[in-house]
Amino acid sequence: MDLVTGLRCRECGRGYPAQALQVCDFCFGPLEVAYDYEAIAAKVSRASIEAGPRTIWRYADLLPVSDPAPVDLGTGCTPLVRADRLGAELGLSELWIKNDTANPTGSFKDRVVSVSLTKARQLGFKVAACASTGNLANSVAAHAARAGMASVVFIPKDLERAKVVTTAVYGGYLVAIDGNYDDVNRLCAELASDHLSWAFVNVNVRPYYAEGSKTLAFEVAEQLGWRLPDHVVVPVASGSQLTKVHKGFEELVKVGLVDDPGRQVRVSGAQADGCSPVAGAFASGSDYVKPVKPHTIAKSLAIGNPADGWYALETVRSTGGAFASVSDEEVIDGIRLLARTEGIFAETAGGVTIGVLAKLAREGIVRSDECVVAFVTGHGLKTVEALEGSTGPTATIPPSLDAFAEASADWGLDTSAGAGSEA
Amino acid sequence: MSSDTGAVGSGAAGSGAAETAVRIPSQLRTLTGGAGEVSVSGSTVGEVLKALDAAHPGMGERIFDESGALRRFVNVFLADEDVRFLEGLDTVVQPGQVISIVPAVAGG
Repeated sequence: MDLVTGLRCRECGRGYPAQALQVCDFCFGPLEVAYDYEAIAAKVSRASIEAGPRTIWRYADLLPVSDPAPVDLGTGCTPLVRADRLGAELGLSELWIKNDTANPTGSFKDRVVSVSLTKARQLGFKVAACASTGNLANSVAAHAARAGMASVVFIPKDLERAKVVTTAVYGGYLVAIDGNYDDVNRLCAELASDHLSWAFVNVNVRPYYAEGSKTLAFEVAEQLGWRLPDHVVVPVASGSQLTKVHKGFEELVKVGLVDDPGRQVRVSGAQADGCSPVAGAFASGSDYVKPVKPHTIAKSLAIGNPADGWYALETVRSTGGAFASVSDEEVIDGIRLLARTEGIFAETAGGVTIGVLAKLAREGIVRSDECVVAFVTGHGLKTVEALEGSTGPTATIPPSLDAFAEASADWGLDTSAGAGSEA
Repeated sequence: MSSDTGAVGSGAAGSGAAETAVRIPSQLRTLTGGAGEVSVSGSTVGEVLKALDAAHPGMGERIFDESGALRRFVNVFLADEDVRFLEGLDTVVQPGQVISIVPAVAGG
């Protein structure tokens, strides 16, 4: 039985076949994958999922493509870490970090790319392409290499060095554009009209791509013991991840996989001050997400014209969540706070999430008695430039006992005969 | 392709506004006989798009909503700049500039 019934326009409801289409021919609204949820509910169970692979493909019945050998590097089932030390600093009694830095190329983008390229390969595409702020570039290049597909990846030319290197190494074509991400995205949207044999993962196969982010919600619920959290904090660039995390929780209720299905997961969104079009619309009570020219160290979130901004806004409002934004300094503080308290090194987008989590906790919007999950979706090694000047050796000294004694005199660490000798 | 103004006037660049090239996304090419680029006249972005609708009937209802504003999921660029950063539909078109109509749903 086919669990996918086709594509449907989110705005006007027109139906389309499950091909490489992303917008409604009539109103230009986004197309979404439509499922037969009754058929899924009859097929899927906790046991069937738990018997699956330890990757996102354990949730294949809730994804838009199934394949006995998906394009996969081993994505998903990343740690959900109980963050008591960070929670104590923020005054939260049950805080969890979804550590999605642990994916094969170091970000959540592996989820969406694995799904979209598996579908693209089934549709017969031989070339994988994308517009990227960096994480997607890494992931498309890596998955294309694994699948034996050619890749053509477009990035803004000012990306962090690590994100350029960790894309180029996979051997595809990498095109740096003299412009910002929105320029790159516009170019790719136009190229997609004339390169019909290329799968632009976030353009013409975007409906499938976006669905990959639902696996973040599926994993969180399963890792909590098939229970929904009270509140999630999600970084927002295009807004796609946030809306799909919410959709993932809703689907778990719809197909009967979670306890306490009456629970409403509050969804809050995190942006950087230097690129906060959705947070700005939330703050002003507007329905219009006004595009901005980004200027922030959180380059992976620097989308000034977010495709799903309106839907992210609607999701946050309808679930009783909030949007907030933080300064670049708070982004750095967030990275360091998470690293210092939980041993997790996030890229700048993770700093945005932690910074906004701290802000919403201070304001009482994220409540101390809630089960809270913060999504940390990219690895810190990708954006080390952001920490230059704020981190480094505590001391640089000659190899002498005296020099060390002097350098460490004010550290406040106990140096008496010690704990280790008692063991 | 589209409008052929026929008889050339007396002066070289005299009467009407110069033609502006408009790049058409694949979703709208059924209305242009498959053409990815057409040329129409107009002195502002709004005038060019209205001329586009006149030359290719049906275009208007696809890119404008009931109030005459651009649909939420349609982006229009003039010389590669989003017209919302310019003067919107009132933005004056300079000779040689190209307009692109691009679906908003991409990226991220």
